[in-house]
Amino acid sequence: MKFDTLIIGGGLAGLTCAIRLQKQGVCCAVVSTGQSALHFSSGSFDLMGYNESHEVIENPTEVVRTLSEGHPYRKLGDRFTEYACAARDLLTECGVEVKGDARKNHFRYTPMGNLRPTWLTFSELATAENVTAYPVGKILIANFAGFLDFNTNFITGVLTRNGAKCAHATIHVKAVEHLRINPTEMRAANIAKALEAEDVLSEVIRQINLYSEGYDYVVLPAVFGFKTPNVVKQLHKGIKVKILLFPTMPPSVPGVRAQTALVAAFERAGGIFMPGDTVRRAVVENGRVIEVFTENHGNEALRAKNFVLASGHFFSGGLRATISHIEEPVFGADVDYAEGRENWYNGDVNRPHNYQSFGVHTDDRFRAASQGKTIENLYVVGSALGGARSLEEGSGAGVSMLSALCVADEIMKGGTK
Amino acid sequence: MKMQELNISDNNFEQCTKCTACTVYCPVVPLNALYPGPKQAGPDGERLRLKGESFYDEALKYCLNCKRCEVACPSNVKIGDIIQLARIKYSRKKPSLRDRMLASTDFMGSMATTFAPLVNQSLKLKPVKWALDSVLKIDAHRTFPNYASQTFENWFKKNAEPKQKKFKHQMTFFHGCYINYNYPQLGRDMVAVMNALGYGVNLMDEEKCCGVALMSNGLIDKARKNAETNIRAIRHEVIDEKRPVVGASTTCIFTMRDEYPHLLGVDNAEVRHEINLATRFINQLVEDGKVKLVFRKDYHSRIAYHTPCHMAKLGWQYHSISLLRMIPGLDFVALDSQCCGIGGTYGFKKENYKVSQGIGASLFRQIEESEVDFVSTDCETCKWQIEMSTSVKVKHPISVLAEALDLDTTTKLNLK
Repeated sequence: MKFDTLIIGGGLAGLTCAIRLQKQGVCCAVVSTGQSALHFSSGSFDLMGYNESHEVIENPTEVVRTLSEGHPYRKLGDRFTEYACAARDLLTECGVEVKGDARKNHFRYTPMGNLRPTWLTFSELATAENVTAYPVGKILIANFAGFLDFNTNFITGVLTRNGAKCAHATIHVKAVEHLRINPTEMRAANIAKALEAEDVLSEVIRQINLYSEGYDYVVLPAVFGFKTPNVVKQLHKGIKVKILLFPTMPPSVPGVRAQTALVAAFERAGGIFMPGDTVRRAVVENGRVIEVFTENHGNEALRAKNFVLASGHFFSGGLRATISHIEEPVFGADVDYAEGRENWYNGDVNRPHNYQSFGVHTDDRFRAASQGKTIENLYVVGSALGGARSLEEGSGAGVSMLSALCVADEIMKGGTK
Repeated sequence: MKMQELNISDNNFEQCTKCTACTVYCPVVPLNALYPGPKQAGPDGERLRLKGESFYDEALKYCLNCKRCEVACPSNVKIGDIIQLARIKYSRKKPSLRDRMLASTDFMGSMATTFAPLVNQSLKLKPVKWALDSVLKIDAHRTFPNYASQTFENWFKKNAEPKQKKFKHQMTFFHGCYINYNYPQLGRDMVAVMNALGYGVNLMDEEKCCGVALMSNGLIDKARKNAETNIRAIRHEVIDEKRPVVGASTTCIFTMRDEYPHLLGVDNAEVRHEINLATRFINQLVEDGKVKLVFRKDYHSRIAYHTPCHMAKLGWQYHSISLLRMIPGLDFVALDSQCCGIGGTYGFKKENYKVSQGIGASLFRQIEESEVDFVSTDCETCKWQIEMSTSVKVKHPISVLAEALDLDTTTKLNLK
């Protein structure tokens, strides 16, 4: 099999790069080990939320140049804002509707009800202008009977502390409740699938209208619209009071929908998506990747002019830790990490851990190296990159999308065929 | 150093990070809440079953074995295998007469082909359907595939075999039960296409049903016997005769490559890479420049491709799609990759009929809206399901090739 560019990893970073290239006529294939982190999304894309002292950042575009040398954003130079805008456009073109601006963070709700700074949020979800702008007045928090991945008590706690008067309501619909036969299957995605049926949705709307009379807001879990956002639109049309959709615990319904939309956009543009396959080894000769081999394709090589490593961090197997060292398993690419296992983590689990900023070493064009020597046609994007403290600073989605767009441009510049 | 690797069991349930991605893609749960879902039935349940057999839940029988949970798993947990192994190990339910009949595709096939006209007619009769439905619990909505009056093997021996030795290259064709008893035409198409590519076709000395239906109906010993016979025959083809073994059905190929070793304990390591799918075998030959295809100029059709579940698990849909897209007169439509609901013999069972149709509903809708001349897919049970549930006919990609190729010109080109 021969492609112009082969991308390893089908999450936000891999797909962003693949879509950008495929739309410019570069023939791409994406090999993806299972589903991506979008399935655990709280409904937002973070760009840069907090500085080193954990203070909220108002305008991410202003702080980029103050970041430490190794941060992936530093490699974008003055193209940071341009790529942030392009990322938003790409999502919109793929049918992922979002709100937000790279020049001004807004605030998203966590599944527990707290506000956190963010860049882009799925249009349907509730957001706030600033970190203290919780809704006030009479708020009804409505949940489906037996759905445990939406914690109404935590949310009530947060909203009450911030001045709202809260009450609870439970929605009972047979089509959703029958999932309780196996309580473990009472999950956001399964509820969303049941709500795709028009009669089920209209019964839900009827009950919410009944309970929410006289309230200023109704807070609901984001379990609407498994395949298309149409269900969300019908919900807004049907319910009389203002709706605030809060994210649930995984799986994330808007996240799954975004993943599906991105894969569909890539395939529509002519790209080859290979789900459920894992790249096992690579042949590198004279500083260039020649071919890779996967689990499913066995001894049949996948060849390309350029390769993009978008295989993620430890969780998805992009990085692997042994007792003594940290490695990148496919290419054996050089990894930036601290010597000595005791320097990898913090004894206090709630404090920042060093391992979070470990990642594949790259040059200023995001190219990987092996034993100090650059691999000319191997680019790295997303959380496989070192240098970002994505959890503390709130930069995961931004690093994924912006590095992916930058690498797509590098590949276009360098000749694609 | 090796501690982490040594700590992983064969059935790698402890690799599960509880991320829930698999639960999003299980086609069964939204329609049958009695099924505990892949995470609970698979890795989570396994942890309990290791403590005591009494934790085994007979509801695991509702698993379709579509493996879409495995395709979705970011941690490479063999969720579907864990479930199938648990069923084999712990289920105390004896297969019913109905399950035995549905599972014995080769025995039923050889009986039925002998009396094909009679069997085909009677399977369409209302009283027979009623009896199947009420006595055997085979749903009356189901249409049984017609049985052919002459098996593919008999046709091949009489009409094709003598001509095969003249070809420079040789391959072995694993035809499977469906081609042999129900649809020999696909086998003939396969012979025509392979011959045009300069390949002589051979059949195995002894071919048994791959055993997938036996396994899913709990007839493990019989399945293992079939597997042993098949692997013995495949070893002869691959090792002694140096011929790759190629089949047209995704499920047969998937079963022989990936289910034999761990579900049945039949080792296939030496020959696994030489067990191939027809579309992949041909597309690889084309990509490697070993054969050339010339298409008819007057061929025109609009085709939607459906990716069967076991094709998605094999990860080879690229090859079928590439071949179809090569055809100049073909207007290609890709369908969303989703389960059609049949699950082999699963959908034939009365208790599963509604679930089966519910799973496929959105696929059927998509097909009806696609305004295609026909659907193409590499799985025979998907074909039955789509033909029963939509107004559209289904053709195997090999049959599409046989129609679209200029066979004479292709033959001449590949003789050189």
